[in-house]
Amino acid sequence: MNIDPWILSFSAVTVIATIFMGFWSARRSKTASDFFVAGRSVSVGWNASAISGEYLSAASFMGVAGMVMSSGYDALWYPVCYACGYLFLLLFIAGPLRRFGAYTIPDFAEGRYDSPVFRKIAVIFVMFIGFFYTMPQMKGAGTTFAYIFQSADLRGWLPDFMLAHDKAGVALIGLPYWVGVALVGAVITLNVALGGMKGITLVQAFQYWAKMFAISVPIFVLMSVYGHYGKQLNATSASQGNGARSTFNVQNATLVSIGNAVTNTFYVEKLKSAKSFKSQVPAQMQTLDLAKKLSFKHGAMNSIGLEIREVGAMSTGNPESVFAMLSHLAGLGEVFWVDSWTNFPVKLPQTQIPGQIAVSRRDAVKAALDALETSGACILEAGENRHLVVHVSEKNNYEAAMRSLGWIDGFRKPLPEKAPADQKWISPFGPLTTKAAAKAGLKAEEQKPFSLLYTYSLIIALVCGTAGLPHILVRFYTNPDGVAAKRTTMWVMILIGIFYVFPPVFGVMGRNLLPELYLGAGSKGSDKVVLELPRILNERVPMLGSILSGITCAGAFAAFMSTFSGLLVSMTGALAHDVYGRILRPKSTPEQRMRMFKFGAVLIGAVAILLGMQVEQLEINFMVGQAFAIAAASYFPLLFMSVWWRGMTQKGAAIGMLTGGLLALGCITLTSISDLALKKEWKGPLLDATEQFWIHHPAIRILCEQPAIWAVPLAIGLMIVVSKLTRKDIPSDIRMKMLVLHAPEKLGLKQEYIQEHHAGH
Amino acid sequence: MKNPSSEKVDIHSESFLHTLMRRQLKLSTACAVTFMAVLLGLPLANYFLPELMAKRVLGFTLTWFILGIAFFPFVWIISYVFIKRSIALEEAEVEEVSREGAKEAKVGHE
Repeated sequence: MNIDPWILSFSAVTVIATIFMGFWSARRSKTASDFFVAGRSVSVGWNASAISGEYLSAASFMGVAGMVMSSGYDALWYPVCYACGYLFLLLFIAGPLRRFGAYTIPDFAEGRYDSPVFRKIAVIFVMFIGFFYTMPQMKGAGTTFAYIFQSADLRGWLPDFMLAHDKAGVALIGLPYWVGVALVGAVITLNVALGGMKGITLVQAFQYWAKMFAISVPIFVLMSVYGHYGKQLNATSASQGNGARSTFNVQNATLVSIGNAVTNTFYVEKLKSAKSFKSQVPAQMQTLDLAKKLSFKHGAMNSIGLEIREVGAMSTGNPESVFAMLSHLAGLGEVFWVDSWTNFPVKLPQTQIPGQIAVSRRDAVKAALDALETSGACILEAGENRHLVVHVSEKNNYEAAMRSLGWIDGFRKPLPEKAPADQKWISPFGPLTTKAAAKAGLKAEEQKPFSLLYTYSLIIALVCGTAGLPHILVRFYTNPDGVAAKRTTMWVMILIGIFYVFPPVFGVMGRNLLPELYLGAGSKGSDKVVLELPRILNERVPMLGSILSGITCAGAFAAFMSTFSGLLVSMTGALAHDVYGRILRPKSTPEQRMRMFKFGAVLIGAVAILLGMQVEQLEINFMVGQAFAIAAASYFPLLFMSVWWRGMTQKGAAIGMLTGGLLALGCITLTSISDLALKKEWKGPLLDATEQFWIHHPAIRILCEQPAIWAVPLAIGLMIVVSKLTRKDIPSDIRMKMLVLHAPEKLGLKQEYIQEHHAGH
Repeated sequence: MKNPSSEKVDIHSESFLHTLMRRQLKLSTACAVTFMAVLLGLPLANYFLPELMAKRVLGFTLTWFILGIAFFPFVWIISYVFIKRSIALEEAEVEEVSREGAKEAKVGHE
């Protein structure tokens, strides 16, 4: 067993505390009204913390950082719009809904249109949005478990089917992704089924501060060691293009072989001596021609008993042969110090070898570098225009040595080929939004309009979607009055705003310090950067990295466990009370409904686990964004129009919501399946045809992946048209309803309305 | 309402509801437009002024600084203004109604 004890214990404590608090709070609040009343007895500060705690899910805690790392600037729209969505909710929807006294969207749908039927229609989107929202939480769980047990040898401890296997079927160390999903899913499902996990204010408020602590403390420690946010970002411009490789130019390079090294101080000494040797190299030696390059000059520098050789200085030369030589020697464990490699000029002359096809020198260099890397050598940046060519097994040693010598900035590691180039990563319209257009083979300039379309659709989805999330509105009632509710919202915006500054910092630092995550896929990819990044501190201060990584793991557990249980409670509630209690068996007894609640929790939990197991390859944040898009196309138009337009009829509302919501759902499911098919290499004529279609129609692909830009106007448009056609169905007491929605609560219209309403029946 | 030209505030009247919704919508829309102008303007700035937006500020590119940091306080300011105004608006409405209500009550007693 090889598990970091700090990480394991922090995580275990969080899991136990979450489950315990769930049961503790369940005992304290037996009914739904207890849940709301409990909220009313606490102060604005506590309430604001609780709302924020409820809002910050695995997407906020892990996904934003992961996506900033993988996609750069474009991913910043997510945290910003998650926070801005709250503003939109505050401006247009929260006040009226609070006055109306509807706790959930189905409640509102029923009350606004006096129609239990509409309630049943409205409730189905609780399920759709809920399942889309649980998938990323499940991915968070699987990723965190896979991280904690990544180097644990569980062979012999666990049955064979629970182990990760390679392609040949040989058991590997570590835990496969699905085990974490199943474990967390099962534990929370059991908890909800047994009656735990009803989030009360105190627990949720505690959750916020736990998440805030877990994201901010590690990042401040990391920044104090490796440099602050701005410095980290600035590093992405230090080298243009993709890491060390593209900065190569073979003109006037001095190559110094400094032999093999054994210990850490050895590496430092070797590098130092190589540098001082360079200064002793006579000028004429730096202009050796190609023939002489291959005969090594032995240097005189021998102070630490190392053999140091001047390999050659290239002025013109054929890069292939030089690199062929380098790779041979690097393969033998020698290291080269490469000095004064100027930036690769774009306009390289073509070298024409008689009888051969013309190749640009850039291509020749690239081929040589490829050969070098296949031979096991790798190129490290060693400061301005200086590089080391070392064997890959010695990479870390030399990096550490260079850092202690101050040759490299102290933090940045070379990026793997798979990572997006710096320029693309830090600029708007990067990999996230240009994916479809890039696949279609468009040029960089032609991609930009598609990228703009993607960006706008994403913004609309996120800003409007917040208002349509089933579990957010409820919290507006946990305040004594409207003024307190507004003050609470102000604090919520501040609390979540501050939180959202931190996850992108993890993404930026992850790019600089943990670039190997670009090579991992699924649960081993950038989604775990928040968990793994603090661990690099171990190389500076023993144990500190493990403790901080344990803290972020604990925060991740808090995030996905609380969100998953909250979603499970609201989805199960909808299933038991609305679907079963009102549609299937309207005459059922409370005991039957209670049994149905337990059964429903297990059923929904099982479906969520199965769905969660399928989505390892999709990014956490992306999936949450998709849930927002569905909410934006269904519930947002319903709420917005019902609150502000008295001409709405039930038919208009239902047709608009269903059309917008279902079309968005269909498009999103389709693109997600295509993405999964590509990543998992599923094959099939239909899948291939779809993929071909996307390649040829990038605009349609973008509109399907991010449907909000057309689905929201479509839903609103349909609502207006159908409502105008069915004008006679406008509820007769519409003026009273609008008055309750808009008149200040102090006028006491709500009670009046409810009495009148009951009298009317 | 029997006499629409009367200045009396009848909370069940069409005109009261109309003014009420209008005032609220005006405030919400004003805040939303300010916010949307910046939110939707930023991609346009990125699109048409890429060099400016790529300028370095304290190590950040300008656009990263705006979106990653400066946007949050901006949203706070808008929500602060909205909350302040909407509370004032509600109080004014309540006062209007209760003043009229008191006058009416006085008239009733005489």
